[in-house]
Amino acid sequence: MTQQGVRWTADQVLALAPDSTSRKAGSKLGTADPWSGTGSSREGAVWGLCEGSGGTPYRTVVDTADGTGPAYRCSCPSRKFPCKHALGLLLLWSGGEGATPAGRAPDWAEQWIAGRRRTQEKREADPTGSGSGPADPEGARRRAERRAERITSGATELEERLADLLRSGLATAEQSGYTLWEETAARMVDAQAPGLASRVRELGAIPGSGPSWPVRLLEECALLHLLDRGWLHRERLPETLAATVRARVGLPTSPTGPPVRDHWLVLAQYDTPDPKLTTRRIWLHGTASGRTALLLSYGAAGRAPELTLPVGLALDAEVSAHPGAGQRVSLGEQFAPPVLTGTRPPGMTTAEATARYGEILRHDPWQDSVPVTLDNVIPTPDGDAWQLADTEGDRALPLTSAAVSRPGLWRLVALSGGAPVKVFGECGHRGFTPLTAWPTTPGEAVRLC
Amino acid sequence: MNAPPPLPSPTAWEDLVTAALLGTDRRTPPGAAPGRTAPAALLDAAAAETVRRRAGLRPGRAAPRPAPAAEDPRPALPVAAARRLAFLLADRPGTGPGGRRGTAPDLMELLPQWLTAVNARGFAAPAESLPALLDAARGRTDLRPAALEFAGPRALWLARLNPDWRFALRATPGGGTSLPGPTETERAEKLWQEGLFAERVALLASIRFRDPDAARELLAASWSTERAEDRLMFLDSLRTGLGTRDEPFLEQALTDRSRNVRATAAELLSALPGSALAARMAVRAGACVAVDHTLDTPTLLVEAPHECDAGMERDGVSAKAPAGRGERSWWFGQLVEAAPLATWPTRLGGRTPEQIVALPVADDWLGELHAAWCRAAVRQRDADWSRALLGVPSAPGAGGPGAVSLAERAKLLGTLPVAERAEWVAGFIAAHGLSEAFQLLGVCPVPWATPLGRAVVDALNIARDAGSYPWSFSGVMGLAERCLDPEEATRLDALLAVPDEPEDASPGAGGYWAEAFQRLGRTLRLRAVMTAELNSETPVHASSPSDDSETPVHASSPSDDSGTPVHISSPSGA
Repeated sequence: MTQQGVRWTADQVLALAPDSTSRKAGSKLGTADPWSGTGSSREGAVWGLCEGSGGTPYRTVVDTADGTGPAYRCSCPSRKFPCKHALGLLLLWSGGEGATPAGRAPDWAEQWIAGRRRTQEKREADPTGSGSGPADPEGARRRAERRAERITSGATELEERLADLLRSGLATAEQSGYTLWEETAARMVDAQAPGLASRVRELGAIPGSGPSWPVRLLEECALLHLLDRGWLHRERLPETLAATVRARVGLPTSPTGPPVRDHWLVLAQYDTPDPKLTTRRIWLHGTASGRTALLLSYGAAGRAPELTLPVGLALDAEVSAHPGAGQRVSLGEQFAPPVLTGTRPPGMTTAEATARYGEILRHDPWQDSVPVTLDNVIPTPDGDAWQLADTEGDRALPLTSAAVSRPGLWRLVALSGGAPVKVFGECGHRGFTPLTAWPTTPGEAVRLC
Repeated sequence: MNAPPPLPSPTAWEDLVTAALLGTDRRTPPGAAPGRTAPAALLDAAAAETVRRRAGLRPGRAAPRPAPAAEDPRPALPVAAARRLAFLLADRPGTGPGGRRGTAPDLMELLPQWLTAVNARGFAAPAESLPALLDAARGRTDLRPAALEFAGPRALWLARLNPDWRFALRATPGGGTSLPGPTETERAEKLWQEGLFAERVALLASIRFRDPDAARELLAASWSTERAEDRLMFLDSLRTGLGTRDEPFLEQALTDRSRNVRATAAELLSALPGSALAARMAVRAGACVAVDHTLDTPTLLVEAPHECDAGMERDGVSAKAPAGRGERSWWFGQLVEAAPLATWPTRLGGRTPEQIVALPVADDWLGELHAAWCRAAVRQRDADWSRALLGVPSAPGAGGPGAVSLAERAKLLGTLPVAERAEWVAGFIAAHGLSEAFQLLGVCPVPWATPLGRAVVDALNIARDAGSYPWSFSGVMGLAERCLDPEEATRLDALLAVPDEPEDASPGAGGYWAEAFQRLGRTLRLRAVMTAELNSETPVHASSPSDDSETPVHASSPSDDSGTPVHISSPSGA
C-alpha cells in the first residue's frame, strides 16, 4: 500500500482538532483558495503555503507517516496544536490528489521532514532507548520504597475515614457535603496515590445524586475499601492481582508484556477533558488475535493529546501489555503507516456482553466496564431511557444515562432507523456506552463519541 | 440491567445498605460483631456483595422495538458531497469567535443553495447527518422546507422520537402521524370533525394541495358551524389552487357575519378576473376614470366615488378610511385594485398598458391611480401591466421616490418571467447604483444572469473607487456571495489588490474592499466546487458548473441597451 492509499477522511482529520474553535477555523481553510505551493510526497508528507492576515504566507508542513499520529510544523504564532493551518492543509489533502499534487518538497519543508526521519531512525535503531534507564538504580529503589510507605499511610488513613463514615452512617454523608471528600482527596494526592484520590473525589459526587444513591455510595465505599486492603496486603496477592492493585492505586506502569504484532483496527477514540489534563482513550481490536486493547494518551490543558488514531484506520504494529488485568497496552514498532479499512470487528449478543463483564471482574473487581462489540442490536426507546435490544429474543442492554444525553445517541438512532446495527462500546454496571456503530448495509463506521 | 442473581439471599444486600445508612453504631450489620471492627466487616461484606451483584448482571427485558423507518429510495450522496455537508453543518452560528468576517466564506449561508442543488438531483441524505440537519433546520425556519425534503422519510421517523424535532412533523404536509393519506377518506372526515384546530388546518391544507375541490367541499359542509376566527384561517387556505370553481362558495362567503372573512373572500374573488365580483368592480372602477380629449394631450380624469354603498361594502370595500386619508380616494383605490386590469384598455380607447400608464393624470390623482394599478398587477399576476408600471429601469424616476415604491417594484418584478427580472434589475443598477437595489435583487433568480452579475460587480467597483467602506454594501455583498454565478470568480481577480488610497477616501477602505472581494471570490469558487462535487464521484476541480435547474436561460436581448455588460476597469494603482 503506497502513501496515496492512506489518505484520511475529513472526519478523521477534524478529529485531530484540539477544540471546536480550531475545528471550525481549520475547516474554513480546507479549500484550495488560501493555499499555494501545496504538494505531498509518497512518504506521507504534505506541505503548503497558507495566506494569512499578514503579508508573508505561513509555511505549513505535516508528516502523516508516523504511526503515532501526524506531526506538524507551521510558521504561524498559534499556540493551538495542531493549528488551523495544519488542519486545513490535511483537509485539503484528504479531499483528493488534485489539491496536493505529488512532488518534491521545497527546502523549508524538506529540512524538517529529513530531521524527523533521522530521529525516527535513531529511535528505531535503539528501541530500548538507552540512556533513559535510571542512572542510579539504588536511588530509584529507595524513592520507590518511600513512595510506597507514603501510599501505605494514605491508605491506612483512608480506611479510618471510611470506618468513621460507616460508624455514623451514610445518611450523614449528604449533610457533610463535598468539602469533606475534597479534603480527603487532597490528602491522597499528598500521599502520592492519585488513583485513590480520584476515587475519593468521585465518592463526593454520589450523595444526593438521585434515587438509591446510598446503594451506589455503599458500593463505591466498599470497592475503595477493597482497594485499600489490597494495597495493604499486596505481598499476599497473586502477582497479576497485585499489579492491578498497584495500577489502580495510581503507581505508574510501563509495558512489560511481550510485543504482540497484529493488524489493529481502531474501534474508537475519545477524550475525557479535565481542567488540567485531557485523557485520550483509543480502543484497538486485533484482527488476528481477537484481543481488544486500550491505548492511553495525555495532553496538557488546551492541547490535544499527541497520539491520534481516527476510527476506521488499521495499523500493522506491535503492542505490549501493561502489567495487571487491564487491557492497557503501549504502542511498539509499526511496520507500515496506518491504512483505511472496511474491516469490522466480530460482535456478540447482549447476554454474551454481560457475561464478558462478569468474567473480567474476576481479575479486576474495580473494572467499571468492558469493551464489547454488539451484533444486530436495535436502538430502542424505553420511556426516557434507551436500550440496545437484540434483534432475536427479548433481551436488551440499557444505555448509560450519560450516553443518552450525548448527541451521539441520535446519530446512532438515525443510523439504525429501526433496523439492526453493529455497535462497539463499553458495557458495565451503569449500562452500555456506545462509541462507534456500523450500519447493517455496507458503509463506514460512524463515530458516536 | 437488572435482576442480579438471587443467591445467597436477596435480603443480605438490603440489610447491608440499611446498616450502612444508619451507621454501625446504631445497627450491627448482619454477620458481624458489634464494636470497633463492625465498619470494616460491613465494608468487607459489601465489597464481596457488590462484585457478586455486578458479575451477575444480565440484560433486561427489551421494550417494544420502534417500527422501522420507511425506505428512502433515492441514491446515496457522492462521498465528496457528503463530506461537504458535514462541513456546512459543522459551521453553526456562535461556534466561532465573533467580529469581522475576514476573507473566509460564510459556510452556513451556503447551506440553503446546497440543499436546493442536492434536492434538484434527488440524492438521499446520509443517515448519520440527519441529527445535525434537523438541528440546523430547527434554528432556521427558512431552511426547513429544503432541509426536510433532503432529510427524507427517516428524518420524520426520527422527529417522532425526539421532541426537539417536532417541527418537522408540523412542517411537512402529511408528515405527522395524524394526517391521513389520499385514500383514507374516512379518517380524514373523522379528523375534520373531531381534530384540534391546528390539525384541521393542516388537514385542509394537505387536501387542498392534492384536490382543491375536495377541500372546498369539506369546508363548505361544516362552514356554518365554524367560529369566525377559524373560518378566516380556513378561507385563507383556499389561496392554494384558487380557481373559478371556488367562486360560488366565495360569493356566498361575501355575506359572512365576520368582516374579516368578507374581506378575504372579496380579495380572493378579485384575484379571479372572470368572477362576478371582478365584473362588478370593473363597472364601479370604470365609472371613475375617463379620458379627457378636450385638452391638448389626452389626459386621464378621475372622479372618485362619493359614497360607499351597501353593494360596495358587500364586495369587500372597507368603508372607513384609515386616519389621514380622504374617504373618497380610499374607496377609489380599493375599487381600482379589485377591478380586472383587462377592463382598462377597452375602457380607455383601446390603449395598451404602456400607453395608459404614460397618460398624464389630472388633479394629482396619478399617485393614487398608479399605486392601485400596481396592487392589482401583483394580485392578478399580470406581467404586461407590471412591465408598463415598472417602466424603463434607467428612467430617472426609477431611482428616486416616485409613484411606485421599491417594495412595490420588487413585487411587480415578481410577476415577470425570471430572466426579465434580472435584466430589469441589471439596468436599474447600472443607472442608479446599489444603494436601493437590495430588495430588487432579492427577487432575481439564483445564480444571477450574466448581465446582472456584471452590473453588481461594476457597481461595487464604482462604490470602492468612490471611497466608501465595504460594509455600507454588506447586504449586497452577502447576496453576491450567494447569488453571483461562480463563473464570475475570475473576473474578480483584478479587484483583489489593495489600491493606493485616494486622498478623499475613507482611511483603510482599500484594504477592507480587497478583503471583501477576496471573500466573494473564495465563496464563488467554493460554490463551484460544491456543485461539481454533486455532479461526480471523481476528485473535483473548480470547473464551470452549469445548473440547468436553476439557471434561467437568456434567449434574447431586450431593446434597451442598459442590459449590456460594462467591462470592469482595473483599479487605479494596482
